[in-house]
Amino acid sequence: MEITRSELMPGVWLSHLKSDKFKTACLSLNLLTQLTRETAALNALVPSVLRRGTTRYRDLEALSSRMDELYGVAIEPVVRRIGEIQCLGFFASIPEGEFLPGKQDVLRPACELLGQLLLDPATRGGLLPQPIVESEKEKLADALRSRINDKRSYSVLRCIEEMCAYEDFSAGSRGRAEDVEAIHYRKLTKQYRELLQCCPIEIFYCGRSSLDEVKACLTDALAPLPRGEINDDIGTELRMNALEAEPRQVEESQSVTQGKLVIGYRLGECMEGPDIPALYVFNAVFGSGTTSKLFMNVREKRQLCYYASSLLDIHKGLLLVASGIDLDKKDAALEEITAQLDAVRRGEISDEELAAAKAGVSSDLRALLDSQGELEGFYLSQALDGADYGPAELAELIGEVDKARVQAIAESVDCDLIYFLTGNGDEEADDADNEL
Amino acid sequence: MRITNFDAIGETLYEETLPNGLRICVVPKRGFQSSYAVFATDYGGAHRRFTIDGEQRDTPAGVAHYLEHKMFDLPGGDNALNLLSANGADANAFTSSDTTAYYFQSTGHFEENLRMLLHFVSTPYFTDETVQKEQGIISQEILMGEDDPDNAIYYRMLRMLFDHHPIRDRVVGTVESISHITAQTLYDCHKVFYAPSNMALCVEGDVDPDEIVRIAREELGDEKASLPCPDFGEAESLLPIETAVTEIWPVSAPQFLIGAKLRGEPKGPAALRQRLTAALSLRLLLGQSSPFYTRLYSEGLLNRDFGTEVDFVAGASYVLVGGESQKPEVVLDELKKAVQDVREHGLSPERFERAKRASLGARLRGLEDFESVCLSLVSGIFDGYSAMGAITELSNITIADCERFLSETFSDEHLAMVVFRPEEKGEA
Repeated sequence: MEITRSELMPGVWLSHLKSDKFKTACLSLNLLTQLTRETAALNALVPSVLRRGTTRYRDLEALSSRMDELYGVAIEPVVRRIGEIQCLGFFASIPEGEFLPGKQDVLRPACELLGQLLLDPATRGGLLPQPIVESEKEKLADALRSRINDKRSYSVLRCIEEMCAYEDFSAGSRGRAEDVEAIHYRKLTKQYRELLQCCPIEIFYCGRSSLDEVKACLTDALAPLPRGEINDDIGTELRMNALEAEPRQVEESQSVTQGKLVIGYRLGECMEGPDIPALYVFNAVFGSGTTSKLFMNVREKRQLCYYASSLLDIHKGLLLVASGIDLDKKDAALEEITAQLDAVRRGEISDEELAAAKAGVSSDLRALLDSQGELEGFYLSQALDGADYGPAELAELIGEVDKARVQAIAESVDCDLIYFLTGNGDEEADDADNEL
Repeated sequence: MRITNFDAIGETLYEETLPNGLRICVVPKRGFQSSYAVFATDYGGAHRRFTIDGEQRDTPAGVAHYLEHKMFDLPGGDNALNLLSANGADANAFTSSDTTAYYFQSTGHFEENLRMLLHFVSTPYFTDETVQKEQGIISQEILMGEDDPDNAIYYRMLRMLFDHHPIRDRVVGTVESISHITAQTLYDCHKVFYAPSNMALCVEGDVDPDEIVRIAREELGDEKASLPCPDFGEAESLLPIETAVTEIWPVSAPQFLIGAKLRGEPKGPAALRQRLTAALSLRLLLGQSSPFYTRLYSEGLLNRDFGTEVDFVAGASYVLVGGESQKPEVVLDELKKAVQDVREHGLSPERFERAKRASLGARLRGLEDFESVCLSLVSGIFDGYSAMGAITELSNITIADCERFLSETFSDEHLAMVVFRPEEKGEA
């Protein structure tokens, strides 16, 4: 698989990954903009409003019918953040013509539809239609409010929100429900036009079509794209250390039978020149996967939780440990998780632990080559970082990581905030039942 | 070995049955880095009562899942999960109502990993002490499921639909039921359900089918055990036990699930045809491009969480339609109207053709996912059809099949709805 990057139009970059092994191609288009608390929700609304209809396919039914006609081409709105860069756009999955009756090519019509969604939305009086904007506002606000339904992910989000309360990162990828409610359709239309003019655009393609074919389809589809002064000055603010001398403590209560303990750390000084392979290996040794210290000790040996695992945000420099525990085990779990981190800090990493962590990380990176969705995410992140190595090369670098480099990461880590989602008393009846 | 080429989709399927009764499916994929293997038994949470060698046995709720947790322990204190992880394999397992599956995905040492998978799943090793120790972890898992509205609403619906079929009960059991599980319970259930004749092995990746068959035979031997006969109770009527239930839950907006039982086709090609008909019919009536969904979405009655599924498990089958809505009752009424419209006017032939195209595209996309391919092959093996044949069989489904499916399944008296509502403000 060979990746080629080229500039299609001013500030519009295509990463083309030729691969003959998949039966569908993937094509994503992302507008890149600085994540801010003021604009996060406003920007996040744009792709889903655009996905409601175009001048040619006026409403959802017409649009979806067109996609069905193209053998289930799927073009979905996508909003995410990579560090403090908000990425807004669409992800398209396009069946390869070779496997369709009569070997029809659907890449070109799919690109046309993508171009229309981005550039030629259904409007009223030149504005994004108010009823559509109101309808999508409600859905976005509902989606943001519904995060509370899944306690596992909710507790992680809450920990990040509290930890980064003074940073734009706390806006999440899609802002807050209350910000959504305040959006006016005129303002949204203005913002949409500005984004089109100013945002750098990253396009990713992976499939059987050649670079020239993809370029030709995209150049035609995006021809009407208005380009003004491109705002390339976007990036992520790094905070190296905890906000206060002692970790901040946040506790929230809800009607739950299982508590969620989430510990937020800053990756610290190591982020000044991040040793990416060592960061991956550190995370695997400490807390991600079944050979990690957290899994082996907190879960298996001491049985303090159903799950305890760590995750990294390499762009923002965060480490989070998330766990599900009995409501009365908070202190014990916190103590054990901290003890495991301290062990890595002291370099207490066995050869087996290190080898297993490296094998797991390398294998995950190589497996990424088999998934278009993962490749897309990987290369978008690489494009933002200006990094030029692929997953296979990174997997090679993983092999060279030694104990000292892993230890160095652990030493740099600084605990910033401890979040605990606990019960509110309703659950006592359940506990009594359990003791029968 | 039987070799079938599916030229239209560029896939080849290798199938073999070993002398011990194990059924094997292999889909070689050149140029891929990772390989996926699943070793599964036709045994899940619903298989609580069964007859073996003429003797009837009853087991506590949650045994199949408990057994899954304990299978990773090996004699000598080793843990199979650790051994596989140390080899760079990403291994795990799950238990559903009718299947327990152990699987790994790896980018190297495939044969070693495959041997380990076959070895640990066929090597029961339990002591009362280790079984006892697992209770804490599984109790946490049970509690976590009880807090999860998606999980809770699903089981609430099954209890509305089914009177006595064991899929009514959580696969994981209850904190109380699992307290009755001993090492002996696990040994007994392993002996009955983990015989190769009751199992399937499916592999996809850049692998050699002959080599897989050879390894499986070496690891598992040739002895063929008699098959257990599960007892899921008397057949149930198509009518639900309860038709409307509302509960207060800590959710942000009302969550609903509409359900209806189906009369499942017996095993074999008819079962595949019924699954395809069901999926295509649901796409037509309620899918992303359906007038029902697009209108209700635009009117603010549905959002992107809306979805449908049809399950065929342990001899039971049902359709579920669910999502989030401020007005679930209106959604149910609109669903009934949409079905009535199909009864009176039939489905539009243009939409039917478009839906078939979209379904073809979606199935092509599904082929990229080794896990889903292998798991559908496993289901096919246990239910007597070849899942690889789905794309070919899809072209044989007619508009009349879908019209019949929709009118029968969604007749008013078959429908049940459960709603989880947030507490009204000020009600506390």
